Amino acid sequence: MIETLTSVFENFWVSLAGKLLLVALMVPLIGMVLGFAEMKLSAKMQARVGPYFAGGRWGWAQLIADGIKFFQKEDIIPEEADAPVFKAAPILVLVGTVALFVVIPFGPGLIFNDLDVGIFYALAISSLSTVGVLMAGWSSANKYSLIGGLRAAGQLIAYELPLVLAVVGTVIMAGTMSMQGIVEAQIAAGYPYVILQFVGFGIFMIAALAELTRIPFDMPIAESELVMGYVTEYSGFRFLFFFLAEFANMFTMSAIAATLFLGGYWLPGVPEDVLEFAGPFILLGKVFLLAFAMIWFRWTFPRFREDQLQSLAWKWLVPLALVNIAVTAILKVVL
Amino acid sequence: MVIDQDAMRHLSEAQVSVELATEDMTLNIGPQHPSTHGVLRLVARVDGERAYDVKPVIGYMHRGYEKLSEVRTYPQITALINRIDWVSGYANEVPFIVAAEKLMELEVPQRAQYIRLILTEMARISSHLVFMASYPLELGAATPLFFALRERERVLDLLEGVTGGRFHPNFNRIGGVKPNAGAGPTTRKTPQDLPAGFLNDTRDAMDKVLEVCDEIEDLVAGNEIILARTKGIGILPPEVAAAYGVSGPNLRASGVAFDLRKVENYLPYEDFDFSVVTGENGDCWDRWWVRLEEIRESAKIIQQAIDGMPPSGTLQAKVPKIIKVPAGETYVRAENPKGEMGYYLVSDGGLGPYRLKIRSASFSNISILPWILEGILVPDIIAIMGSLDFVLGDVDR
Repeated sequence: MIETLTSVFENFWVSLAGKLLLVALMVPLIGMVLGFAEMKLSAKMQARVGPYFAGGRWGWAQLIADGIKFFQKEDIIPEEADAPVFKAAPILVLVGTVALFVVIPFGPGLIFNDLDVGIFYALAISSLSTVGVLMAGWSSANKYSLIGGLRAAGQLIAYELPLVLAVVGTVIMAGTMSMQGIVEAQIAAGYPYVILQFVGFGIFMIAALAELTRIPFDMPIAESELVMGYVTEYSGFRFLFFFLAEFANMFTMSAIAATLFLGGYWLPGVPEDVLEFAGPFILLGKVFLLAFAMIWFRWTFPRFREDQLQSLAWKWLVPLALVNIAVTAILKVVL
Repeated sequence: MVIDQDAMRHLSEAQVSVELATEDMTLNIGPQHPSTHGVLRLVARVDGERAYDVKPVIGYMHRGYEKLSEVRTYPQITALINRIDWVSGYANEVPFIVAAEKLMELEVPQRAQYIRLILTEMARISSHLVFMASYPLELGAATPLFFALRERERVLDLLEGVTGGRFHPNFNRIGGVKPNAGAGPTTRKTPQDLPAGFLNDTRDAMDKVLEVCDEIEDLVAGNEIILARTKGIGILPPEVAAAYGVSGPNLRASGVAFDLRKVENYLPYEDFDFSVVTGENGDCWDRWWVRLEEIRESAKIIQQAIDGMPPSGTLQAKVPKIIKVPAGETYVRAENPKGEMGYYLVSDGGLGPYRLKIRSASFSNISILPWILEGILVPDIIAIMGSLDFVLGDVDR
């Protein structure tokens, strides 16, 4: 009996279907948890109550209710819009997010697929969603959407570079690009890399905020300037896709940062056999810590101007990241 | 080696023609837009992120108050005009009432004048707090909104306690203020004064307002991004400001120490010690800072007015039952939260004005927009527009 079950799960297609189902369930769940956290935390910071009635207690069902509401809405496609591109854009944005889950190690052996070039894959896929944003901006036949989409493209080009460069330091220290390998290298070293790579960590987090287009880098959306940027014309479940992608992306970016710099599923002092089942929870704890910081920034800072964002990226983050790489490489060779 | 000049010229021309032809885009900002404070419409020619030829289009909110005033009696008009600038409704009533009283040559009781003054300054505080709330929001920071509006509610509660209205008090009467000022049942024979405990509550509220001013200053002025977004943006030189008729905090931010509270005598401001705050550079940051300082000055004025409040007594000068203003004309202007507000009142001795010309601050203040928005970035349009602090009701009337 057990043997047949194991053989069923070892079947490539069955295990693939299982993994896909897991991710498909994870994305909305994480989106909801983080979305709800954002609602409640922003309410706390602004002397408000936040969601209160939905679900009977603390408004825990607010986002479920919101989700149902979005599905009931009419799916409006503007007459002038480029319909196929308009429809494909939110899907592409969400796919880019979902595909990132593949390389996040949740525990020793708990990874969808441990690619040899895991971090390279993650950074490449994370820019896929910007193509979706650009498509959304272009196809909406709305000038605000267009400006928002172009801003997003400019932002991606500017911040992809520091994002990649910030990771290089970690890769040099670990000697591998596999996500699992980087965590194992940190376990072997006995300390999380943030201790030596704090510059890289800072640059990575700033660039990640810009990639996520969250305040202070939310110019592609910029409610007060561009109405709603590239999502202006979206409604119903297509809007929900953007919404989910934003929060799921927040999760994956935090998870990558936690894996690269904070030791991933590992915590100093936790024995190896406990990690087997405690790993995912340790990682989740770190992810929520980083996500909290992102929410905190959002409700504290105003937004930059587009040119200020560019000069921050090119004049400060890129040179700083290059210096960080050079210092790391020299230390690696010398020590 | 011989260089073929013709071939070189051909080459350079070829390089020139490689440049792609770009087209400007016409961007319609408003009338339905989150940051236009209502229904202002801007039509801008946009080249990438840079805007040229920004033209404001107004009139979407024209309600014809000047014309309506001609078919209303004097006591009815206050209900209309406090809807001009609805963020500081009370302050709109005062100059009109003073203009009518000037023509009737009425002596308004000192206590009524002090009540008017306190409420006007409260309107100024609440109007400036709305600016403190909305301006960071336009720059992307949502949180200061809630802190500023919470304090404004404290001020509005006091205003409501006296007048019965939060936004549209309709409290002034020709010759004084509403005889039964204050809450509670009252009859004509026993006119009631200010609500019980009003003076003490106000003093406490002003202390709170001064506290929250420090809090807002910490939250906003301590933020590098806000400074980067506002310092040196939208500079308005004093001579240009004066030429366009810009008034109020916007003019003072450009360094012109002109305050009608010091110049005119529509309310007894000469009894109080307060300073006229001026900025240095006339940029968005100075306009923000001047308004913050004005809240502090207003709170000080109110505290002084409470200390020097004349003892209770009549709140109303003797006026006939049916109010008719003698024929004549006059112009009374006042320092409103948004700037200079003036009423040119022409009376032919009837029950209502023959003609009422309203000079509203926001209208003159936004006439600067085409000049100040030339060749700047789209995000700065919002930053500059917000810093001018206008209300569309005040623009279109």
